[in-house]
Amino acid sequence: MEEFTIQPPRTNYLNAEYGIKSWLLTKDHKRIGILYMGAISFFFLIGSLYAMAIRLELLTPQGDLTQSSTYNKMFTQHGIIMVFFFLIPSIPATLGNFLVPMMIGAKDLAFPRINLLSWYIYMLGGIITIYALLAGGVDTGWTFYTPYSTTFSNSYVLATGLGIFINGFSSILTGLNFIVTIHTMRAPGMTWYRLPLFIWSHYATSLIMILGTPVIAITVLLLAFERLAKIGIFDPALGGDPVLFQHLFWFYSHPAVYIMVLPGMGVVSELIANFSRKNIFGYKFVAFSSLAIAVFGFLVWGHHLFVASQSVYAGMIFSFLSFAVAIPSAIKVFNWTATLYKASISYDTPMLYALGFIGLFTIGGMTGLFLAALATDVHLSDTYFVIAHFHYIMVGGTLLAYLGGLHYWWPKVSGRMYPEGWGRFSALVVFIGFNLTFSPQFVLGYMGMPRRYHTYPVEEVSWQVLHVLSTAGASILGIGLLIPLIYLAWSLRYGRLAEANPWQLPGLEWQTASPPPTENFIETPIVREEAYEFAPPETKEVVGKFEREKPFPFYG
Amino acid sequence: MAEGLATTEHEPHAHPALQHHFENMEQQREAGTLGMWVFLVTEIMFFGGMFLAYTLYRYKYPDAFAVASNHLDWKLGGVNTLVLIVSSFTMAMAVFSTQIGKRRNTIIFLVLTLVLGLAFLGIKAVEWNTKYHDHLIPGQLIPGNPFNPAVAQHGDTDPHKFHLPEGVSVRHVEMFYWIYFIMTGMHALHMIIGAGILIVILIMAWRGKFSPEYHAPVEIFGLYWHFVDIIWIFLFPLLYLLGRHLEGH
Ligand code: HEM
Ligand SMILES: [Cu+2]
Repeated sequence: MEEFTIQPPRTNYLNAEYGIKSWLLTKDHKRIGILYMGAISFFFLIGSLYAMAIRLELLTPQGDLTQSSTYNKMFTQHGIIMVFFFLIPSIPATLGNFLVPMMIGAKDLAFPRINLLSWYIYMLGGIITIYALLAGGVDTGWTFYTPYSTTFSNSYVLATGLGIFINGFSSILTGLNFIVTIHTMRAPGMTWYRLPLFIWSHYATSLIMILGTPVIAITVLLLAFERLAKIGIFDPALGGDPVLFQHLFWFYSHPAVYIMVLPGMGVVSELIANFSRKNIFGYKFVAFSSLAIAVFGFLVWGHHLFVASQSVYAGMIFSFLSFAVAIPSAIKVFNWTATLYKASISYDTPMLYALGFIGLFTIGGMTGLFLAALATDVHLSDTYFVIAHFHYIMVGGTLLAYLGGLHYWWPKVSGRMYPEGWGRFSALVVFIGFNLTFSPQFVLGYMGMPRRYHTYPVEEVSWQVLHVLSTAGASILGIGLLIPLIYLAWSLRYGRLAEANPWQLPGLEWQTASPPPTENFIETPIVREEAYEFAPPETKEVVGKFEREKPFPFYG
Repeated sequence: MAEGLATTEHEPHAHPALQHHFENMEQQREAGTLGMWVFLVTEIMFFGGMFLAYTLYRYKYPDAFAVASNHLDWKLGGVNTLVLIVSSFTMAMAVFSTQIGKRRNTIIFLVLTLVLGLAFLGIKAVEWNTKYHDHLIPGQLIPGNPFNPAVAQHGDTDPHKFHLPEGVSVRHVEMFYWIYFIMTGMHALHMIIGAGILIVILIMAWRGKFSPEYHAPVEIFGLYWHFVDIIWIFLFPLLYLLGRHLEGH
């Protein structure tokens, strides 16, 4: 490959234009992905600061750091920022934006202007939310349960709600753009069954985004009307029904957890197949399980209302359906494992993150079954067990997949390599830190520690031990996240120049320069092979994927 | 390199309306149409939340809803339904005229659609205004409304206005009215946005931007217009007609 590595292409999407304006007015999906990456990292940082404050408070049984009212605001703001401004947009808006067109051989997303608009909407929603936090904060919990949020809380519910309402439109527009792009802009030969699994997972995610997000939008709108004008929809004193809010909220928010984890699963499918150099085991099963998750995900919201005045029969049905939705997730885990079997695995940083994902996701999913069973949920509901469950799934799943994907595509995005040794080290630290943070919380929850309390009985010495472990873990996790921040920034300037295809892989995104030119491909590629088609080693260098004389025409 | 780049440009005879990232007009039109369909799906989900609330409370308080809906003017609602159906027809004619390249007819039909749309909004405004004068606007922030306990204390309300039968509470009548105002309000908002886009399309048609080769914007806007009409077709019977017989007039 040496002859291709010498000089990067003269113009690419990064240096095609210069200046702040060229970025703020760009319609290039790759640049918009980077805009999102910056903004999302910022929100993640703020969310993390709140997390550390929460963990510090819980080091001791007394509330010696904050008052309970401040504590309520801290966990609410942590939850809102992390869920709505980090976990939900993270992978689709950054990696998805960057890669969806490239992986299907398109020049851009179908609606570049709408794509840029979605970033501005995200920023506007974010700024309003941050304003609400600075002005006085919110203390309702990220779930905004009524009637507390409509009648009793005197915090900034309206402003926060407005921020989330606006932010929702960016999600809708991204989903719309992906669906249309995947339907209409695939390169010649890129049939549905040749799509990389990353694309399938983003397709499924987009379906949830367009079907679910409008529902949370109308829910927040009704909440605002209720708070402003006391129209009585959720207020029992006026004839309304507070549980209606919970139904509407979870009708979106349960599927929303799959908005977070499905793109992560797409990243992990890419990583597992590519770093074991094997076609993924059961491609169609993995692809369709994404759609199955998207569809079933809409049928199980009621498992959040087991202890909220739901009839036993409804509870039984939702319990059964919740078990059923675990099946497609399990299919994915089994197929990844089968792919790994007898493969020649390279344990590079992205692969370490992917393996970490599988571990954490499995633990998170299995503990979901304890919660989906009616009887055990009555004991575990609203305890730290639930906190641990959803952190394993959402943070363990989404964050690890995001980091894995970021490392994997970093050469393509930045044109530079990151230091591999540091990468592996950080993956290890993150994994250890994460487990030390959240596994004690399962035990805590089982022992009865409720969520959303900033004190606990001094006599429960074992509770404090577990909280101390958890806080220690959080510190390690924090360090594990700082390390990549530092070396990735370092690599932008000092990293080794990346080749077009540093991992020697068949995916379309690797068949163009690093960083790619503005229109992604010099000529529209023609696809002739299935996804993850790994040629036998002897012919690998010679057989190109496309009808071209040279495998990398941009360097000619 | 230079030749490579050249291939990403479109052939010299490409249509001026073709955007750089599409291969051809057909692909561009397909993307736009699908985009509108997907958008309409999100709209269905958005209105779905309100239809859900409507169904739930109609089921809970059927008598109060019947009483309240009797105070709506079904004749005005009916006229508006007709207006919208006709506007859907003129819109379809506008699309057809663009496809066969009849610029003058396109403009005429677009103007007719716009006028009908505005007529709908006008009638709606009259209805809302009467409701305001009848003190039927719910919500505690609005001054002088009969549902506001503070006002009711001052004897501002005439409970007989509602002909409230045994067991029907003013609260639940109010419930109907806020659903009515939110749903028709959201619908009217969609009409206003639609009228705005219609004006843009009209100007484009006036300037002769459309041809049998390029008419996607008219077509795609047509989908939106029909959708907004269909929402009304559901709203009209649900809000104005259902349960009228209970009152017996
Ligand atoms: C696959 C990705 C999953 C994600 C991202 C996820 C995320 C979450 C989140 C965020 C919560 C807490 C919500 C809150 O109260 O703040 C939660 C609770 C819950 N999860 Fe999951 N979950 C996943 C999978 C599962 C599975 C597979 C099951 C069942 C088999 C399950 C069952 C439950 C139940 C029953 C609760 C409610 C517990 C309670 O509040 O008592 N989850 N999950
Ligand atoms: Cu759930």
